[in-house]
Amino acid sequence: MEVQTIIGLEVHVQLLTRTKIFCGCSTAFHPDRPNVQTCPVCLGLPGSLPVMNRRAFELGLKTAVALNCQIAEFTKWDRKQYYYPDLPKGYQISQYDLPFSTDGFFDLKLGDESGETRRVRIIRAHLEEDAGKNFHDETGRGTESHVDLNRAGTPLLEVVTQPDLRSPAEARRFLEELVLLLTYLEVSDCNMQEGSLRADANINLHIFDDEGRKIPTPITEIKNVNSFRFLEMALEYEARRQLEQWKATGKKLGEVPKETRGFDPQRNVTLPQRGKEEAADYRYFPDPDLVPVIVSADEIEAARQSLCEFPAARRERIAVAYGISYQEAAMIVDQGARFADYFEEVALGCGDGKAACNWITQDLLREWNERRWTLATQPLSAAALTALLRAVLQRTISIKSGRELLSALLDEGANGSPPPARVAELIQERGLALVEDSGAIDRAVAEVLGRNAKIVADVKAGKLQAVGPLVGQVMKLIKGADPARVREAILQRIQES
Amino acid sequence: MLTPDEVRKVALLARLELSPEELAHHAAKLGQILDYVHLLNELSTDDVEPMVHAVELGNVFRPDEPAASLPREAALANAPHHDGRCFLVPAILG
Repeated sequence: MEVQTIIGLEVHVQLLTRTKIFCGCSTAFHPDRPNVQTCPVCLGLPGSLPVMNRRAFELGLKTAVALNCQIAEFTKWDRKQYYYPDLPKGYQISQYDLPFSTDGFFDLKLGDESGETRRVRIIRAHLEEDAGKNFHDETGRGTESHVDLNRAGTPLLEVVTQPDLRSPAEARRFLEELVLLLTYLEVSDCNMQEGSLRADANINLHIFDDEGRKIPTPITEIKNVNSFRFLEMALEYEARRQLEQWKATGKKLGEVPKETRGFDPQRNVTLPQRGKEEAADYRYFPDPDLVPVIVSADEIEAARQSLCEFPAARRERIAVAYGISYQEAAMIVDQGARFADYFEEVALGCGDGKAACNWITQDLLREWNERRWTLATQPLSAAALTALLRAVLQRTISIKSGRELLSALLDEGANGSPPPARVAELIQERGLALVEDSGAIDRAVAEVLGRNAKIVADVKAGKLQAVGPLVGQVMKLIKGADPARVREAILQRIQES
Repeated sequence: MLTPDEVRKVALLARLELSPEELAHHAAKLGQILDYVHLLNELSTDDVEPMVHAVELGNVFRPDEPAASLPREAALANAPHHDGRCFLVPAILG
């Protein structure tokens, strides 16, 4: 018996607009101030007229083009009718039979090293409005639920894939890559805490019996997963559950109705959600308040031209261009487009991509983490970091001094971004320049060896590790000395003695 | 003619509660309306493009610029129940 996992995703992303999709209310996230971002349009009051937000449409178009979708020349909006307290109009404005884009694909790289990719076909991407938010009494004893309609009318892009994903890990990888692409495109911030990204997953198993016959299990849909990890956990659980269920009941696809389940991360299980009465019957019809959109070939071309280099391509290019590994390139690219720009500017400026990568992904990221800074809030310009790395690479200062200088620059940065020239000043002020004067080093070595006869004897007897404290003492005498050179000078002197 | 079950389903979707008498009444009335609309089926539409919208207008957009929202009191004013911050509805999960 062989089991294959079949997964398709529906991903909802909030588009990066200032205002809602059909009215001028703000889309800012204000959970502490409910119901201050509403108007007659998003409240569904009689006589109000929704008008399409141009920016929302453009961001949708850009994303669809990036996902290799066919763009419809003619697209319209439909009403999807259902009753829920967070949906004030009694219907959601969405796209039904004429979505603005269809039939795209996204090539997902499966491993770091192998060139193997999975082509995930995109069925459609369409625009719609989000609902509001309901709050339930945590104790479960309350007699009322609270409704905040600040979110109602927020522009969403729904991306629907074919069931082309073959494992929970692959589904997670796809979602991570999609999110990275959307942030590179600057069409969404994909902030999961604020609900900017939610995924529904459809999953079933293809079980192949000993004669090779395919038995599909009933499909379940896991609703509203809002983290990469939860998506993978929920799908792992669901795949196990479906196999056990099949072994217990033998029920196949089509023999039971499709089930909707929710994921409970505390217990790491999926649970059936109360079925909506009857089968979902949304009675879609064209929204008479909104007029169709006709997209010209020029607009599609303009959207294509507005695309940036995609993360997958950038990883490959950066690895080759700067002589770093694919993993290192991925570490940089996955931090976001601005971060990758920063790296490239420093790498080009200092002329050593490997060194730039090490300093940025290790020293700099650690400093930022300790100070709770991000690229957006940290003060060190790429030019200043370049000046620092040049000093290290040209051996004007030691690596250790370089680290000290990095900390110092960031400390000063609290009062404004230090200019690149500040690097040379600090080297001067702190006496960090490596001492080239071998006479000075020799005198210091002689002095230190003179007062450490025991250690010198040990080193001479072959205990080479004993040389460390001697190097330290010499360094204390001449601050800017290169430790490697000091060590060499000490060993040479001991050997000659 | 619609069956009572079909009317019951439509009423449920529209959140209407109908008595058995109303159900029978509407089954007859709705059936008549549908029969009347079916007259249109007599027309041949073989060479007619499907109409997707009643208004012959397209590409009406607004710029992505914020406009004033309603004060919260005004937004909540027509709600049957509210607590001054949120709309209140019967407990959804209980």
